[in-house]
Amino acid sequence: MSLPFLTLTIGIIDVAWMVVSLLAMFSTLSFIVLSLTWLERKALGRLQLRLGPTRTGPMGLLQPLADAVKLILKEDIVPTASDKAIFWIAPVIVVISAFMIWVTIPGSQSLVLRNLELGLFYIIAFAVVGILGLVLAGWGSANKYGVLGGLRSAAQLISYEIPVILVVVAVAMLAQSLDLTVIVNDQSKLPYIVLMPLGIVVFFIAGLAEVGRTPFDIYHAESEVVGGPFVEYSGAHWAVFFLAEYINTFAIAALTTLLFLGGWLGPFLPGIVWFLIKVYAVILVIFWIRGTFPRLRMDQLMAFAWKTMVPLSFYLIVVTAIYLYFEWPWWTLTVMSSLGLLIVGYIIYSIMMAPVKKIADIKARQQRMKLERSKMEESVGAAANVK
Amino acid sequence: MIDSTTNLNNPTDGEPIEMLLNMGPQHPSTHGVFRMVLWVDGEKIVRAEPHIGYLHRGSEKLCEGEQYHQVITLFDRMDYIGNFNNELIYCMAVEQLMGLEVPERAEYVRVILCELNRIASHLLYVGTIGLDAGAMTPTMFAFRGRERIQSLFEAVSGARMMHNYFRIGGIKEELPGNFNQMIADLLPLLQVDVEESDKILTFNEIFLSRLKDVAPITSDDAIDFGWTGPCLRGCGVEYDVRKAQPYSVYDRFDFEVPVGLDGDCWDRHWVRIQEMYESLSIIRQAIRQMPDGSVTSPLGRRLVRPPEGEVYVRAENPRGEIGVHLVSDGTDRPYRLKVRPPSFCNLSALQKLLNDTWLADSVVILGSLDIVLGEVDR
Repeated sequence: MSLPFLTLTIGIIDVAWMVVSLLAMFSTLSFIVLSLTWLERKALGRLQLRLGPTRTGPMGLLQPLADAVKLILKEDIVPTASDKAIFWIAPVIVVISAFMIWVTIPGSQSLVLRNLELGLFYIIAFAVVGILGLVLAGWGSANKYGVLGGLRSAAQLISYEIPVILVVVAVAMLAQSLDLTVIVNDQSKLPYIVLMPLGIVVFFIAGLAEVGRTPFDIYHAESEVVGGPFVEYSGAHWAVFFLAEYINTFAIAALTTLLFLGGWLGPFLPGIVWFLIKVYAVILVIFWIRGTFPRLRMDQLMAFAWKTMVPLSFYLIVVTAIYLYFEWPWWTLTVMSSLGLLIVGYIIYSIMMAPVKKIADIKARQQRMKLERSKMEESVGAAANVK
Repeated sequence: MIDSTTNLNNPTDGEPIEMLLNMGPQHPSTHGVFRMVLWVDGEKIVRAEPHIGYLHRGSEKLCEGEQYHQVITLFDRMDYIGNFNNELIYCMAVEQLMGLEVPERAEYVRVILCELNRIASHLLYVGTIGLDAGAMTPTMFAFRGRERIQSLFEAVSGARMMHNYFRIGGIKEELPGNFNQMIADLLPLLQVDVEESDKILTFNEIFLSRLKDVAPITSDDAIDFGWTGPCLRGCGVEYDVRKAQPYSVYDRFDFEVPVGLDGDCWDRHWVRIQEMYESLSIIRQAIRQMPDGSVTSPLGRRLVRPPEGEVYVRAENPRGEIGVHLVSDGTDRPYRLKVRPPSFCNLSALQKLLNDTWLADSVVILGSLDIVLGEVDR
């Protein structure tokens, strides 16, 4: 066999392998999204004194399928005034960027589509592309609520990208690598959550904002912008956005697991099982937050990003650098990073307690007024008696 | 003037670019069919123009065509969240016109049902303000309590809403035999419901940041706008018709009038939460004091023909002070009936409140006023 023919064969096999593995990834992720929608409905239902789906299959397990069929069979309405090309391309951009992130996220030591040396860098780069899709979706649908939502998403996602990147930098400094497999293996002694409690908090919160989850679901807030960029989408198009949103949620949970919770490392069970257990645990926390908190306002969201998250993540980098330079024992990093967390926690606590003090004031004032009134009544009564 | 040479994409005058945003009447957070036309500059509201009237049914005019007893159903449908309170004010108006003595037991039953209705209304408010602020769960918690109250209402009057249970001079019929047992079972559960819907929202950090210092109003302004009820008390004015001019048997109960300090959205919220606890205490006292005896009207089934004359009565609804001005010409139908709805007066300040707020605040402010469009538009 001649050499060009050989390379061609190898090339074909390579491409075929890539197509097969991409298809496998696509179907796995779709299945995961189906499981997530069911889990979210059930978890939210339990938090809200409801049952969640019960009618479709045992424990409502077939509900995601019913939803999918409904969405695909629905009429796909395209507004007359919309910019058709942008309107069509926006969901594609969003969903492709969501899928592409998963190329390099490992499920266990060897279960990864293509492990990249610059894995974290690649993930962050693709995460930003999704924003473009949201802005285009809002703009293209020729709807004022859509435009507002799209611009909100741009502002929100760009500002929360920064703390995410800075925390990732701190993690990379600790592991001396951007390769996710190396980062996980570095946690075999101690998961990074022990070393950097501040890191996981900042990363998780910024991650919630990144995927637009409560309390940061501002760009598709139904109480004011009624779905934001998705307001004009229906049927299969809307389903695609939905798919991307859940894949992103899963990706943030997976990254939290890989960067801080030790990934697939754990005793007895195979790696992928540990990985899935940890990821679903993180996702349940996300659903729990959704069932508990109201939504922030746009200006508060930005203030929180730039005044709290960014300084905290800078602090984390500085602390990590000090720790690495002086080669102190590991617990010093824990102490230093917990310190930042404690200070911020105390500030938030004091904000929460301010109205409690105010209520005490109100009650005291009311008591005073009551006393004065009774005194007045007494004196009036006394005057009446004298007469 | 805009002509072919105008570059529409380049406003050069340096004015802020305003976008006209039409919010409602079909918008999930306008509490029915309310419409706000907002001029927004980015996320800031520059100007706002509220439009009402989408739920206008001509209730006041309809009242003129109905016999006195038939008007009660129309009052049920005005403030459809506080039905019993609305029935009460109308019955009180006609009773006062006729100089009718209401049986004491009937008065107590009315107070118990009205206070339960106040709790149900405030629970609905907690649910909606939660939704406006973006939290789903408080709605469900609040609706559990509201559902329990409505089951009791159904057992008593046969209907969950639109009860048509109060009559001029009394109530329709004696309470069901196990009423005391039912309400004894209900009250501890209700206490828990109120506490839970209080705990999940009131001091939540995000909820505080969304409501605290949003749309504050001074007590003078509030009085000028004709505010009453929890909204006015949120500004620190201790005015409650149940205390200021006690009607029915309210002078026999011991209860507090909670007031706020700053008159912002959170104070209005807090006042409502505290009011629910006070209502529970009123209900407990009323059950203890409730005498035996007849509850039905001394009029029996006769047609009501009040003497010629007019009367204005007022009462404390969940939303504020409701007033009814009733003019009779001696026939079996009211000559004129004017309602002073609390929601309408509270809503009148919206334009001022919305100035220079954020877009996301607009729904919270509207939610904190707790309007019922059926009452605003009548």
